[in-house]
Amino acid sequence: MAGERESQARKGRCDLARIAIFDYGAGNLFSLQSALERNGAESVEIIYDLKHLHRFDGLVLPGVGNFDPAIRSIESGASELGKAIDSGMPVMGICLGMEMLFNRSEEGKLDGLKILDGDVVMLPRSKVKIPHMGWNNLRITGDSRLLKGVREGSWVYFVHSYRAAPKSRKIVVATTDYGVSVPAVIERDNLIGVQFHPEKSGDTGAVMIKNFIAICDNGSGAR
Amino acid sequence: MLAKRIIPCLDVDNGRVVKGVHFSEVKDAGDPVELAERYSEQGADELVFLDITASEQGRDTMKSVVRKVAEVIDIPFTVGGGIKKLEDARGILLSGADKVSINTAAVKNPELITQLMSIFGKQCVVVAIDAKRNYDAAPGKTVFAGKDGRKFWFEVRIYGGKEGTGIDAVKWAREVESRGAGEILLTSIDADGTENGYDIQLSKTICSSTRIPVIASGGCGTSRHMLEVFEGADVDAALAASIFHYDKSTIEKVKKYLKRNGIRIRL
Repeated sequence: MAGERESQARKGRCDLARIAIFDYGAGNLFSLQSALERNGAESVEIIYDLKHLHRFDGLVLPGVGNFDPAIRSIESGASELGKAIDSGMPVMGICLGMEMLFNRSEEGKLDGLKILDGDVVMLPRSKVKIPHMGWNNLRITGDSRLLKGVREGSWVYFVHSYRAAPKSRKIVVATTDYGVSVPAVIERDNLIGVQFHPEKSGDTGAVMIKNFIAICDNGSGAR
Repeated sequence: MLAKRIIPCLDVDNGRVVKGVHFSEVKDAGDPVELAERYSEQGADELVFLDITASEQGRDTMKSVVRKVAEVIDIPFTVGGGIKKLEDARGILLSGADKVSINTAAVKNPELITQLMSIFGKQCVVVAIDAKRNYDAAPGKTVFAGKDGRKFWFEVRIYGGKEGTGIDAVKWAREVESRGAGEILLTSIDADGTENGYDIQLSKTICSSTRIPVIASGGCGTSRHMLEVFEGADVDAALAASIFHYDKSTIEKVKKYLKRNGIRIRL
């Protein structure tokens, strides 16, 4: 596509990432946008459909809102999203943005995007307070590009009531402990999911955001 | 495991922080953005901004403060005060706040909690409960006995603690949870401003009656008070204002003290 060639030509000259944030229409995206800009993204654009993903080097599915309304807002662009991921575009789902990638969630009635195999289930109500809200440690369990330079035990900020239960544990590269072992970071090639909020996780979160931006740089160079 | 959170609270009037905040290194002690940055560097786990502006015009000022804070801060922050309806909350959230805290509006119109939850998710919805011991006998209240044997119940108060409601705080806490609040910011009107310590009995009671996170507030004068409330009640966070407003006690010092005493703290 002409757009893609253009984007690659432009990349050759300018080694910076243009990142899109998808808006489900439910709240605060400004912190996330600011965090991406602060940490070196060339540009950050909030988008309302997924038709023109080729204009960007990376996509973030943010973590605010409720499952069913969010799915409804992204459904029509599901095939574009699938194509972009297959073509190697770095995509990071944050919290709800990650949960949506699975088959289904106990939070909603609608089907998930079925890009990752597994379900999203409620945290163990009998053992812990819900939502899981606050700072918790990362246990790093696998190789991860997002976690490059992040130390074992680092604190990150969580706020969620559900957790991912992926079919394959291989994609889980970090967990946290909250009544059960909660998948905290999921990575499958260019697809990244985080249960916590890197944009609210202080210096540790900033390292991850920089890593994601670097992945977007490299990813676009490789395409 | 989850860490206990330490949360400084900043009162904002017409875009300026008030209530005797003073740091030697901060040039403009009234600038919410500069203070927010400073608290964040010191290791605050979250921030709460309480808008005490009386005028409607001042509320727009708050939105621009929120926007500036969101631009520079990478920890979560809550904005409360003056949120009367859905549109007020939406304005604050879209300006970049992570959570809104509602108090009087929730009592007057409990449906607001549910509306906010279904649009923005429960993680955005903090219900602030101001409670005060009431020693007048009333039917159907959860009654406690004080050290002196006098019986009382915890009454929900509104309009900054000025007006009683006749509502039992224990019952109200359960109701806000079932309506979709993600967190309770619990202030003891008896303890607030005394710097004599949190109301442990109130904190304990509300924590054992609900399954959502509770922030203890009101009465903190020293780090020891924070230790007492974490040891005495299952609260998730402790909020304080005055002890952080001067250089003598930084958030880092308080957190180190708590950690030394066995509290799980992010350092």
